[in-house]
Amino acid sequence: MQILVRMAEVAGAERFIDITCAHIDSCLFHGQAGLDFAERLAGAGGRVAVPATLNVSSLDLLHPDLYRGDAHTARLARRQMDAYVAMGCTPTWTCAPYQLVERPGFGEHIAWAESNAIVFANSVLGARTDRYGDFIDICAALTGRVPDAGLHRDANRRGEIVFALHALPRRWFTSDAFFPILGHLIGGRAGRAIPVLDGLPAPVGEDALKAVGAAAASSGAVAMFHAVGSTPEAPTLEAALQHEPPAAHVDVTGAMIRAARADLSTRHEGPLVAVSLGTPHFSIDEFATLLPLLDGTVFATGVDVYVSTGRDTWEQVERRGWGQTLRTAGITVVVDTCTYITPILRHDRGTVMTNSAKWAYYAPGNLGVDVAFGSLAECIASAQVGRVVRDERFWDDA
Amino acid sequence: MLHGGEAEGELLVLEAPLSFWGGLDPATGLVIDRRHPQCGESVAGRILALPGGRGSSSSSTVLAEAIRSGTSPAAILLRDVDGIIVLGALVAAVLYDRVVPVLCVEAGAFDALRTGARVRVRADGSLHHVNGVEP
Repeated sequence: MQILVRMAEVAGAERFIDITCAHIDSCLFHGQAGLDFAERLAGAGGRVAVPATLNVSSLDLLHPDLYRGDAHTARLARRQMDAYVAMGCTPTWTCAPYQLVERPGFGEHIAWAESNAIVFANSVLGARTDRYGDFIDICAALTGRVPDAGLHRDANRRGEIVFALHALPRRWFTSDAFFPILGHLIGGRAGRAIPVLDGLPAPVGEDALKAVGAAAASSGAVAMFHAVGSTPEAPTLEAALQHEPPAAHVDVTGAMIRAARADLSTRHEGPLVAVSLGTPHFSIDEFATLLPLLDGTVFATGVDVYVSTGRDTWEQVERRGWGQTLRTAGITVVVDTCTYITPILRHDRGTVMTNSAKWAYYAPGNLGVDVAFGSLAECIASAQVGRVVRDERFWDDA
Repeated sequence: MLHGGEAEGELLVLEAPLSFWGGLDPATGLVIDRRHPQCGESVAGRILALPGGRGSSSSSTVLAEAIRSGTSPAAILLRDVDGIIVLGALVAAVLYDRVVPVLCVEAGAFDALRTGARVRVRADGSLHHVNGVEP
């Protein structure tokens, strides 16, 4: 409570409000400090006051052999996970809690951490969470309360920067690669402000909106965006802006999109050592899109293909009988964690291809690998030939 | 003042916001975000000035771990308030009794900060150049 009160002062809040649920990012091990904090709370008998889901951890509990790190770190990471379960959190181990059957509804006040989950909750679900970090997430869950500040308040949810997309070729909107590129662009330009995307053909699907948000919350500090016609607080541009003039207006050009696309790769061609999909965690619909691409596919020798997903989604995949297709194709499925936060990849250098802007943003720093960004289909086509294959002409203006 | 305390050191002024998770290695204190203009710089023991936070919710844990490990900045000066950064300093103080002050610096004063200058943060939240010139 001491931490919550201090953070309420920092945020300038005058009161606390009740929340209906929490999503805890603090369960991921980054060193002794996170473990010390968790064990202090759990040791004092802490119990969550509201339902609390857990974010990814460092370990895949269903496939423990995938972990290539040292055993000591794994033991500490496991203790940290256990401490949060002991406090009554649900062991969901996913960065995409919005893919779970039970998810918050429109207007609910919640305390979610994990940058991509925050932006999805605010933008797509219309639930209300501020941009919470580690430590305050579990404090909110233990007390069931948060400061009445930030994105919990109507006025702070107003769109601020309009990104007009009318000049872009319509075919780009049909590519899954367009959305992470767009998110990367708006995050870098918006910083902490709330972007409004105007000109997308509505409705944009949840996986595309997930990709926009995850990218914008990596290149920027975006905790909410509006997509006119697709997100619930933006039936019209005027509604997204709460009937006030925007602080800025950007006419997005083809050149801006091409520059953002180029910025997502540190290597644009050459041999591959791996492909990594599922950041944020692959949804059931994304698996449904992937399966036909695997028909008759043989991956090139030495190229590993990983898909990260939540254990709940993985259960659905197995129930539908899709797991065998993935295994036959040679895909390694990772649950409970992700390939860029813990040692899982067989290679620690070389070029890895991904369809995720978030993975492309963080993996070079975290793992030391080079990264090539492409669409889902380009990732699979590249894995078959063992080198980066991308359709450059698709991104021409004409 | 976001998190009070005293510190003195050499300024490192970042030209872009940083996500501490994925951007700062708490084992070494080095900036590891390969897209950041100051990738490779060490924040350890310096007064870190940055326009704001970015990215991951885990940045608070990474900062707390850096403070525990002794690789953190001596103080942090923010142009834009970032609750996730304040949290890391707050929790490290609770757990380890190690104080890394966090200050919010008004935009005009922030723009006047220069890497290499030696500055002192006082307990009242004021910022001073050690050689007498006010920053």
